[in-house]
Amino acid sequence: MATWQFLVILVKIVLIVGIFQGAVAYMIMLERKIAAWAQDRVGPNRAGPFGLLQPLADGAKMLLKEDVIPGYVNRPLYILAPAIAIVAATIGFAVVPFGPVGTDAPTVSGHAIEFQIAPNVDIGILYVFAIGSLAVYAVILGGWASNNKYSFLGGLRNSAQIISYEIPLGLSVLGMIMMARSLDLGEIMAWQEQNGLGFIPAWGILVQPLGCLIFLISAFAETNRLPFDLAEAEQELVGGFHTEYSAMKFGMFFLGEYLHVITVSFLMSILFLGGWDPLFFDLGSNGWISAVIKVGVLFFKVFLMVVFIMWIRWTLPRFRYDQLMNLAWKALIPLALLNLIVTMILLQLFRGIG
Amino acid sequence: MKLDDPNLKRLEPPKLTLFEKTYLPQILGGLVVTGRHILGAAVGGKAITVQYPEEQHVPSANYRGVHRLNKDEQGRVKCVACMLCATACPAHCIDIVGATAPPEWEDREKYPESFVIDELRCIYCGMCEEACPVDAIELTGLYDLTGLSREEMIYDKTKLLSVFDMTKDAEPMQSGNPPATLALPTSPLEPEGPGPRPSSSAGIPPRS
Repeated sequence: MATWQFLVILVKIVLIVGIFQGAVAYMIMLERKIAAWAQDRVGPNRAGPFGLLQPLADGAKMLLKEDVIPGYVNRPLYILAPAIAIVAATIGFAVVPFGPVGTDAPTVSGHAIEFQIAPNVDIGILYVFAIGSLAVYAVILGGWASNNKYSFLGGLRNSAQIISYEIPLGLSVLGMIMMARSLDLGEIMAWQEQNGLGFIPAWGILVQPLGCLIFLISAFAETNRLPFDLAEAEQELVGGFHTEYSAMKFGMFFLGEYLHVITVSFLMSILFLGGWDPLFFDLGSNGWISAVIKVGVLFFKVFLMVVFIMWIRWTLPRFRYDQLMNLAWKALIPLALLNLIVTMILLQLFRGIG
Repeated sequence: MKLDDPNLKRLEPPKLTLFEKTYLPQILGGLVVTGRHILGAAVGGKAITVQYPEEQHVPSANYRGVHRLNKDEQGRVKCVACMLCATACPAHCIDIVGATAPPEWEDREKYPESFVIDELRCIYCGMCEEACPVDAIELTGLYDLTGLSREEMIYDKTKLLSVFDMTKDAEPMQSGNPPATLALPTSPLEPEGPGPRPSSSAGIPPRS
């Protein structure tokens, strides 16, 4: 690999990590604003114009607070857990395409600039799921190392929850994978863009509505967001797995959770909302302008998903634990299997036509 | 009521259709409700937040804030040092030292030489107000009670009388002078209602 390509990848990594860490800061602000609006309040508006400097103030607070490590914790694991949280949430972005890849990619003096850190990974979606499941280690280790019963309960709940919801999550995307005949996220997007009847696009939400719904529900559970945030249920478990964490270690858990929300929103947009397909009009396949528009469309869809996730948070109350498990094992998994079988049958029947 | 009482009505939970059992319509309904609130507060200006230091909250007429010691027509403290308020006080925050009234005060025998309320111990229940036979102690609508030390929060007679001077125009005494015209309770934010009137309430700054 030429030095040039190596540099491009480094720049992409720095850009993406920077952008998403910054995005997380503003997501926390957005979350607080939406929380306030849902309760007919105004929300943070004191720091800077419209409260726009609030994330900086929050970040400074996190960094400057005293970092307490209680004497009774298991020190190595206690310190490792937030690091795992943030690493697991960040490296998932390696295969997420942010813009045109492959032949569509714009070029700089003959070299294609692909909007993906690791372009053309055949098992892209498997990689994202594998990395996403690693995040559970952060929660379990954090809860266990804290040596606190509430943290431990939070960790336990989370482990059972994530293991249960991995199954419908994985099953729900299989339909899309079979239709697009690829595990590469870029290919799945390309398939959605190229197929479709007339002006109706072949977005995942239209060709796989049930899969989309199951994915959405499981994604909420995977990211530990309400209504499935049993691992940190404040009312029952104090703070859940992060009860004993303070300052930036707590901040890292927070960052990890929000990065997870971004990953899930990206997956949702790419798999089921057509990726960078800007409904109704056709972009040229080449050049920087179309590339920039595609990136913009994709980020807009991700933004909408993030807002939706926060909106749901203020709509649905938290599930009881047995309800959570019932939903996964008695409803989502059978439905996902049914969806899979129906998709398989239809694909087999219409193989020649589609 | 017995179990076989003919008046007993048995209610069955409504049967849900298959679509309703997915709870999706209810979730959508909930999303509409929260969405309306979010949009209303975000763009419709329906947020009920009061931007406090710039915009003053006006408490309701029966709000129980800082105490005051009322004065009569001649500017004397109305209190007759009967100790009923101190006796009624569940928090024991009132400390009165009575003394024989000066001979020229013909309508009373005693007056409070010192009258101290520990505003930090007070639970603002209003029992002192109820107990007082001469309507000398009253709770005002002042809610922004702050101080930098505990000593500062122990209000003596002078301070309590100055609270009266501060609030007598906005909150007339319930009896005595000026003549009792008990206003009907009004909504807390209605500018015409009783309670302390902040001078700045006319020009409420826009919410950002």
